Amino acid sequence: MSVIKLTLPLSKEAMKNLKVGDMVQLDGDMLVFRDAGHKRLYQSILDGNQAFDYAGETIYFMGPCPARNGEVLGSAGPTTSCRMDKYTPYMLDHGLSAQIGKGKRDEASIEAFKRNGCVYFAAIGGAGAIYSKCIQKAEVLYFEDLGTEAVRRITVKDFPVVVAIDSQGKSIY
Amino acid sequence: MYKIDTQIIAQKIKRAIDKISCEVEPSCRVALKKAYEIEQNETAKFALKVMNDNIDLAASEHRPVCQDTGMVVVFVEIGKEVILAGKLLQDAVDEAVEEAYVTLRKSVLDPVTRINTKTNTPAVVHTSYVEGSDVKVEIMLKGFGSENMSKVYLLNPAQGLEEAKRLIVETAKVAGSNPCPPVILGVGLGGTLEKACIMSKHALFRKIGSNNPIQHLDELERELLAKINELGIGAQGFGGKTSALGVFIESYPTHISSLPVAINVLCHCSRSCEFVIDGAKEGIYVSD
Repeated sequence: MSVIKLTLPLSKEAMKNLKVGDMVQLDGDMLVFRDAGHKRLYQSILDGNQAFDYAGETIYFMGPCPARNGEVLGSAGPTTSCRMDKYTPYMLDHGLSAQIGKGKRDEASIEAFKRNGCVYFAAIGGAGAIYSKCIQKAEVLYFEDLGTEAVRRITVKDFPVVVAIDSQGKSIY
Repeated sequence: MYKIDTQIIAQKIKRAIDKISCEVEPSCRVALKKAYEIEQNETAKFALKVMNDNIDLAASEHRPVCQDTGMVVVFVEIGKEVILAGKLLQDAVDEAVEEAYVTLRKSVLDPVTRINTKTNTPAVVHTSYVEGSDVKVEIMLKGFGSENMSKVYLLNPAQGLEEAKRLIVETAKVAGSNPCPPVILGVGLGGTLEKACIMSKHALFRKIGSNNPIQHLDELERELLAKINELGIGAQGFGGKTSALGVFIESYPTHISSLPVAINVLCHCSRSCEFVIDGAKEGIYVSD
């Protein structure tokens, strides 16, 4: 099986070349947050006081285990993406580059990936130990009180994903 | 009678959590290796390779196999010749959970305020009373990507077993890629609403590849497993041969008006084990 190696952030051109089902290894920086982080960010936008900027970023839906045994971050596999569907069209329409999670997405999200020429990657659900090993750096940026659901920036190397929705709006599911 | 201090149960639960958070249940590991070997869909095979590598890595380096280290579910069978001494069972279990989860993800919160308990407590503890002088504990770390895809139906007799079968397959289909397939389904047939749900959870302790001792349930399990694998969901929902590793059914008599059906979905990382405390060896004899 052939694997494509890419560095984040991805250009629109790079995303255009990706096809559904492509197996990819990612290097570089991504933001990490999930349900509670999205809810609070979205509320801050509705309140007219956006908590932080995500333009050009790739968001990984994940809430890690605590670090141990000299790890940068503990186990770190993806969580179910459809719970973030509510926020996805708005965020893609306002500059978000790509998302990483697991599982299928709703029609509105698929349309938003297509409309904006963006990509949704599926990480391998349950593979928490493998993903932990891919993380070279991690820091909490915002919402520290949310614990595992805080907003983090991580730097990854050889992070395995599959293109689950491509920029043409084709879905693997 | 034999007096067993709940502290003994708690210590063993703590050790069990430490182990099963990092080591997938052995029959599940075997089944996933086989799923990899027979898979021909390239993307699903890639996923199964990562999944198997992850399980091996987690065990060898003692890292949590999945970041969702779940909510702790415990079934305790208490022999009728046993007296549980010391702390209340729930309190002893919760202390063990709190200690074990210092290095695991704390995912438990209040359903209304959404404020995290910061200890992964409370655990969900089910107790029953049986013959003998042992205490048997079955423990599971239950992830919620799969729990969220679970269903319960209260069918009427006219809908019958055929509709129950259709809904069990439909549950796997609707769950699709979300619960980290290949999945394991626990099914509770009969009883009341809550009895069906509890049976569906308990059925998930069955070993992959084991037979149901009740023949008509065994046949039903095989039929449903074959139908679910024909759905073509495959590993991570990428397609392919293996959508489920097992379907396990428990049943109980029900009311003339109903057919309760509960379907509890488990991901491919089954994290469970059991242990037995022998009252005659580990307890203290007390005369009646």
